[in-house]
Amino acid sequence: MDPTSKDQLSAADLAKIEADNKAGTAERPPKRSHGKVAVLCVAAFFGMVGAAYAAVPLYKLFCQATGFDGTVRKAVAKPTKVLERKVEIRFDANVRSLPWDFQPMQTSQTVRIGDTGLAFYKVTNHSDKPLTGRALYNVVPEQAGAYFQKLECFCFSNQTIEPGQTVEFPVVYFVDPGFVTDADTKDKQTITLSYTFFPAVPDAGGSKQAATTPRIVEPLGGKPPRAL
Amino acid sequence: MAHAADIDHHDAHGADEKPPFFARWFFSTNHKDIGTLYILFAIMAGLVGGALSGLIRWELAEPGIQIFGPNSSVSLLGLIEQSKHGYNAVVTAHALIMIFFMVMPAMIGGFGNWFVPIMIGAPDMAFPRMNNISFWLLVAAWVLLLTSMFVDGGPGRGFGGGWTIYPPLSTTGHTGPSMDLAILALHLAGASSILGAINFITTIFNMRAPGMTLHRMPLFAWSVLITAFLLLLSLPVLAGAITMLLTDRNFGTHFFDPAAGGDPVMFQHLFWFFGHPEVYILILPGFGIISHIVSTFSKKPIFGYLAMAYAMVAIGFVGFIVWAHHMYTVGMSINLRAYFVAATMVIAVPTGVKIFSWIATMWGGSISFKTPMLWAIGFIFLFTVGGVTGVVLSNAGIDYSLHDTYYVVAHFHYVLSLGAVFAIFAGFFYWFEKMWGVKYNEFLGCVQFWIMFVGVNLIFFPQHFLGLQGMPRRYVDYPVAFAHWNYISSVGYAITAVGVLVFLVILLEAAVRRRKAEANPWGEGATTLEWTLSSPPPFHQFSDPPVIKADSH
Repeated sequence: MDPTSKDQLSAADLAKIEADNKAGTAERPPKRSHGKVAVLCVAAFFGMVGAAYAAVPLYKLFCQATGFDGTVRKAVAKPTKVLERKVEIRFDANVRSLPWDFQPMQTSQTVRIGDTGLAFYKVTNHSDKPLTGRALYNVVPEQAGAYFQKLECFCFSNQTIEPGQTVEFPVVYFVDPGFVTDADTKDKQTITLSYTFFPAVPDAGGSKQAATTPRIVEPLGGKPPRAL
Repeated sequence: MAHAADIDHHDAHGADEKPPFFARWFFSTNHKDIGTLYILFAIMAGLVGGALSGLIRWELAEPGIQIFGPNSSVSLLGLIEQSKHGYNAVVTAHALIMIFFMVMPAMIGGFGNWFVPIMIGAPDMAFPRMNNISFWLLVAAWVLLLTSMFVDGGPGRGFGGGWTIYPPLSTTGHTGPSMDLAILALHLAGASSILGAINFITTIFNMRAPGMTLHRMPLFAWSVLITAFLLLLSLPVLAGAITMLLTDRNFGTHFFDPAAGGDPVMFQHLFWFFGHPEVYILILPGFGIISHIVSTFSKKPIFGYLAMAYAMVAIGFVGFIVWAHHMYTVGMSINLRAYFVAATMVIAVPTGVKIFSWIATMWGGSISFKTPMLWAIGFIFLFTVGGVTGVVLSNAGIDYSLHDTYYVVAHFHYVLSLGAVFAIFAGFFYWFEKMWGVKYNEFLGCVQFWIMFVGVNLIFFPQHFLGLQGMPRRYVDYPVAFAHWNYISSVGYAITAVGVLVFLVILLEAAVRRRKAEANPWGEGATTLEWTLSSPPPFHQFSDPPVIKADSH
């Protein structure tokens, strides 16, 4: 930039600038109304707020569609192919804010990839009143979420347990053969399935998901916490 | 780039008539007055935020819990809770104040308001009344944030969850009203910034003087334009995320509550989608300021003007697609981490373009080491150090070890506390005469620079060592093994505090001595339009727009 004051400019330059100015031939920014620009900016603002909120269902869908971050998926049929290779499944159980005792009934199982496994979890209500909880789960390693699928589980529906009652919940699962070809998972020997029982939330949206039409892989609803 | 010529000044009479005091400063619609208000506000907030960091360094000067312990010898006038929670609340408030109430108001509200209209040859901002609303919304936000520090947070007084306000600590972890007030403070500060951003975008797009094409626009105006776009696109996401927090806390929604299918990690994604552009919002105007200063005091046009402008565009754009490098440890797949590592490292390229262009501008120049130039060179050096540790941290593998350690603290203080703040001081002294109409004392200016340069380096350089040794952030206490470097870091704080005192002396000295300012104290190197006006400029400038001609070279 090199602005010059008017006494430094030659008379010819000055005359030219004045003429440009009068004739409107000087390079000017295009004539736009301020309102138009502001309205576009406000539209961008609301667009981004909308995008922030849209991220909630989109993120959920993305996790379920891809098994991202350990989101386990529910299947309707077991795979047709069973491989020779075996993988160890470990079971973990946690309770948050409920006077319940929640345990897997086996520490681990070894299943062939593609074959179904059956595991049980046991929960006891130690309080003196009936309580309702809801279980959420995920798997570690996170990348196995896409391949660890379940035919039956007790998650995402409210479970009411009477005082002192003990209930056993079955989980029917299999590891999809895709597990051995994915670069992220093929070296993994162990998958840990972790459940957490939370107190049921009265108006949680999770129950709706069960009503969706079954597909080969049916999305199941929200994602459990990772760091308990 | 361009020639500017002030053709007509026959409107000069009446251009300097100012409204009476109350109307002038409380109902102000004048971009320069609002800029002044912003700068005074930022100085005030900076002193408060700096005092809070003093409490942090005082506590960490030696192992054990001293000033935040119960019955500590320092009662701190009952202002700060004497507990571990009190320490966390102070750390949180320090961060929020420095980001939202010191750096942003100084750079965007202060220098942006003052100089963007003048640099593009406009008489004022596009929406002068909205400009006033922006400022007073920020004051309201400030009141809310301070109130939040003094009411119940849940674990104690104030919110202690860090500026990142991650749930569940910010939902079920802090049940008191403190967090709600902090959320509302962020809402208001965000609204203030969004209105400011809309104002800058409209001003720069619509009100440039004849001949002032975008490609002849000074780099500071460019930097504010890009910053305004970053604000416009990232702040709404923060607004959305903290509104979700608010409804999770008070109205029974479950966006981040895993018990009902929500996901706390989604908050981190939303937060950092805002948070990463935010750190560029803090530094980009500084890039603009530094470009002007380096060019002025090297008496050369800035090297690679277009590359400098588009490097900022590139930094702004890439800044939106690297957010997850703040959350490598949440458990992303290796491919995703690889993407975020690569994208993050790419930012080093446009940043390198800027650093090398500043150096190339100085190369062969006739450099005078006046106070603003000292701050500018200090900025380039310190920002480069912070940038290098940033490249280190961008590696997910290394970040797994260094995440949430003092290495990270050292990194972002080198780019922000030393980078952005040095840029603010550089701009403050560069435009001192222009803004205040009096000269500062050059000797005291240099003294302040050298004291602060030594002080801040002494604070933050040892923190690299602490981080590499594994000292985690946000803890009130530490094992004796970390005592040595923590002590040195605290000594650095004391030196920096002396520097801040010298700064206040400079303000006082200039206010008392009132040496008359020149229109252009920097001579031939200072070529942007503000130097064609008197110091301080007339109350209304450019009623007849200046004409900008293309440069002959």
